[in-house]
Amino acid sequence: MSDSATRGEICAVACADAFRGNGEILASCFGTAPAIGARLAKMTFEPDLLMTDGICTVVEMPNPVSGEGHEQVVEAWLPFRTVFDHLWNGNRHVIMAASQIDRFGNQNFACIGEHAKPKAQLLGMRGAPGNTISHTTSYWVANQTAKVFVPEVDVVSGVGHDRAGALPEASTQGHDVRFVISNLAVYDFETPDKRMRLRSVHPGVTVDQVVEHTGFELAIEGDVPETRLPTADEVALIRDRIDPKGVLSREVPNPE
Amino acid sequence: MDKRTTEQEAVAELRDGMTIGIGGWGSRRKPMSIVRELLRSSVKDLTVVTYGGPDVGLLCNYGKVKKLIYGFVSLDSIPLEPHFRKARQAGAIEAAELDEGMLQWGLLAASHKLPFLPTRSGMGSSVLDINPDFKMVQSPYADGEELVAMPALELDVAFIHMNRGDVRGNGQYLGPDPYFDDMYCRAAKKRFMTVEKVVGTADMANEGPLQSRIINRTMVDGVIEAPNGAHFTECPSDYGRDEAFQKEYAATAKDPDAWQAFKAKYLDVETEADYQEAVKNR
Repeated sequence: MSDSATRGEICAVACADAFRGNGEILASCFGTAPAIGARLAKMTFEPDLLMTDGICTVVEMPNPVSGEGHEQVVEAWLPFRTVFDHLWNGNRHVIMAASQIDRFGNQNFACIGEHAKPKAQLLGMRGAPGNTISHTTSYWVANQTAKVFVPEVDVVSGVGHDRAGALPEASTQGHDVRFVISNLAVYDFETPDKRMRLRSVHPGVTVDQVVEHTGFELAIEGDVPETRLPTADEVALIRDRIDPKGVLSREVPNPE
Repeated sequence: MDKRTTEQEAVAELRDGMTIGIGGWGSRRKPMSIVRELLRSSVKDLTVVTYGGPDVGLLCNYGKVKKLIYGFVSLDSIPLEPHFRKARQAGAIEAAELDEGMLQWGLLAASHKLPFLPTRSGMGSSVLDINPDFKMVQSPYADGEELVAMPALELDVAFIHMNRGDVRGNGQYLGPDPYFDDMYCRAAKKRFMTVEKVVGTADMANEGPLQSRIINRTMVDGVIEAPNGAHFTECPSDYGRDEAFQKEYAATAKDPDAWQAFKAKYLDVETEADYQEAVKNR
């Protein structure tokens, strides 16, 4: 265990743990902490994960998120049209970003405000509706506030548990919104009505702080455990091989 | 048949209110010389179907777009397209937003001349609220599953950009991804292909592998030689994205004076050749 791990490294390792047990599936990421987490998982406990170079080839090991790239060993070709074939087949776990997320894991990164004339146009639907209905999806929120963890999202891009539950069972056989990882804590949906539950708080964060940064009522059961600290080996892999220039600290500044 | 033509002649085929498809993806291998010609034309009220990049930002800025059918609009290295954002936030365009895969499905349905293709994508999301005309369809088999009937996205005109082509309309991409360019062609009544370089049919075999030759001449009505025609989007293996130029373009969204200067220098010129000259001399 490494006591010197930064908050960002704790988040990256929590992202890695999101892929634990996934085996031979395509792991896709939005954001630096998930990109580090997936690489770390592949280097350690999930060696069979399939990862792309971010363009259209599956590579044995993607390049570091910072620092020098290396010659890639290509395993397969995965252009966009094949990505859709692959994801509709269900063999994928994506960690997407969320500009807004609600207590059932409905996610929005399309726009803020009314869709016809939004206050802020963001990414658009992208692949979120198809991803969430087809395969395992988790979310990464780099800066959790009550404006991100909201009672109701303005637009549903990623489908949450309540909306999936209202659909016929056959439609949602691939639906599996699994984890939300933020700069403060890790959440899951392991509750009877699949509401978001506080799974662990990152070391140095209190449950009260989490509640203060959440715009809805979280399921909180008893003493909430702490998110695990990275091992010394994990910290070394992140610092030496995955993120030698430390770009993670820009996404997740270490608390004072 | 020699199908060589020009951007002017291709754009002259357009009428107000038509539905056009634009190939490429984000800020990648876009038929930008055609887009620039469109900006110089008087055509308006277009419905534009695309995986959007600066083509969308420019067409919106020039008031050419009535309705946009899209999954996203991005400059890739700059995640949000600022000119598109401005148009959206002003409520200036009708935004028929889809899941990315649904857009492929709509193009594929049209290219197969099917009325729709079934999918689960969109179910439970706001896509079905944003597109209230979309209907569900029930599987006729024992499973009886309800699925979204993604309607065919039929196009009046398609524009794509390839690395190489011959005068007959056979086309070849030399980058890593074909995107959906073949589907745009098959989904459209009229199809124009700009190419970096027109080469002899036999010479195409020397340019890239057989699998790179995804466009055959039945899919193309007009071939336009447009060197650097995808600028400032990327067109590998011929050239990468002009990131400095893209940054300059994106920055103009914040500053009306900078936008006017950019327009005057690069866009409100007589011809594509003038644009290329201005880019070279900057």
